[in-house]
Amino acid sequence: MSSGATTTGVTRAEYCVVACAEAWRHAGEVLASPMGTVPAIGARLAKLTFAPDLLLTDGEALLIGDVPALGARAQVVEGWLPYRQHLALVATGRRHVMMGAGQIDRHGNQNISCIGDWARPARQLLGVRGAPVNTLNNPTSYWVPKHSPRVFVEQVDMVCGVGYDRAAEAGPSATRFHHVPEVISNLGVFDFATPDHSMRLRSRHPGVTVEQILEATGFALAVPDDVPCTREPTAEELRLVREVIDPNGARDREVPA
Amino acid sequence: MTAEHVVGRLRTGMTLGIGGWGSRRKPMALVRALLRSDITDLTVVSYGGPDVGLLAAAGRIRRLVAPFATLDSIPLEPHFTAARQRGAFDLVELDEAMFMWGLTAAAQRLPFLPVRAGLGSDVMKVNAHLRTVTSPYEDAEELVAAPALRLDAALVHLNRADPQGNAQYLGPDPYFDDLFCQAAAASYVSCERIVDTADLLKEAGPQTLLVKRAFVNGVVQTPNGAHFTSCVPDHDRDESFQQAYARAARDPQAWQRFTERFLSGDEEAYQAAVKAFHEEQQA
Repeated sequence: MSSGATTTGVTRAEYCVVACAEAWRHAGEVLASPMGTVPAIGARLAKLTFAPDLLLTDGEALLIGDVPALGARAQVVEGWLPYRQHLALVATGRRHVMMGAGQIDRHGNQNISCIGDWARPARQLLGVRGAPVNTLNNPTSYWVPKHSPRVFVEQVDMVCGVGYDRAAEAGPSATRFHHVPEVISNLGVFDFATPDHSMRLRSRHPGVTVEQILEATGFALAVPDDVPCTREPTAEELRLVREVIDPNGARDREVPA
Repeated sequence: MTAEHVVGRLRTGMTLGIGGWGSRRKPMALVRALLRSDITDLTVVSYGGPDVGLLAAAGRIRRLVAPFATLDSIPLEPHFTAARQRGAFDLVELDEAMFMWGLTAAAQRLPFLPVRAGLGSDVMKVNAHLRTVTSPYEDAEELVAAPALRLDAALVHLNRADPQGNAQYLGPDPYFDDLFCQAAAASYVSCERIVDTADLLKEAGPQTLLVKRAFVNGVVQTPNGAHFTSCVPDHDRDESFQQAYARAARDPQAWQRFTERFLSGDEEAYQAAVKAFHEEQQA
């Protein structure tokens, strides 16, 4: 069980939650679509604090008007968003999704389809799902709970989510609404704020060294001279995470201490 | 009509659309009836779940058109992943939105609809048949022409239907079942309960009347017919059974035992075996 409302003993999972929440800080009045436990906690934390205009779903077809604990049922419904509307909403751009990634490369290309040769994969995963439509239409960030060279690869086996190089190659229709703001892992926060839009280390979570991150990354990561730490959660944020949003500690199962 | 009658209208080599989404409101009783037939060599078009898994395991799929296959609460569909890894069928892997607009194009008798989705992704590489189209207007944008997904037949499962084929969903999501029916040359609706037309609005408002009889060629009452996928509010996904399915699917011998126990008889035998499974679980 997590301890009370203090900023001491902040866990890695809690730094990850705060980093994910930050992805939606300036999103405005858009749908936050978190995939994964830590992003789901992060989106709810953002809504309860600095991004109150965010829209959230119940994970099915309803937009919820309250912010229940993970796994609890919403008491207030503010809208209807069945899959067909959800897919159409993507094209309006009024959404910021945080997807997972089986593989991701230095340009932000993401793969959730399969590992190995697509024609006969060594390991079939989900399929492309909505990654192509997401990346060309609304901001798409990524969450990787276990940062390793198997995930952060030189080249993904199947481009599902489109990265900066592939969008540029495909032309102006592809780049028009393309934006990959951030990649957040259990080790740090990454963005593409480099001249050639290659991945850059923006911050390391407290307790993680730059060397650890480089070792766990299978490509040449851009590293600034001065790498700040991911920010500390406030006491109020920790209270919300520990007591309101995730009282059962699901975050610790996704990112063990 | 019975599920056997529906299957009697299907043929080997057909392009078959299957409604629902993942492990949600799949016409599983119709799929099970299909498994009892000799029909094979199918092109299956589906937001894939265990419908794809069962047909793949039985070797009935020549080509799959899908953006994914999943059991939702269990992310990977084990029969789908195994079939892909042994190269059991051809895959037309489309983005979820491309798939929706492809169905819409077919429903509206259009050759394609323009979408932004797909540009820059390997969906364009692994599907050599996909083309782009240039806007004839000033913007001159180059977009993907999502090809119409025309179907020979569609199978969908809804909560209620009248005998003429007016079909109603009572859960929160229609999925794409109306589009599947409109995109198909012939459509078959299974439902939890057939009701008189006059009773259709007793449980919910007119906006729940999703599928119109003009697009339906047959109606079958199959209580618990979406099992083990969800069909709320009639029943939730049967999670413990789905877990047993997924476990069995990962091991050939266990799968042999599973098919003998659950899939060797008719629908009545299936439902009885499921009931016995739950009684065992509780014991």
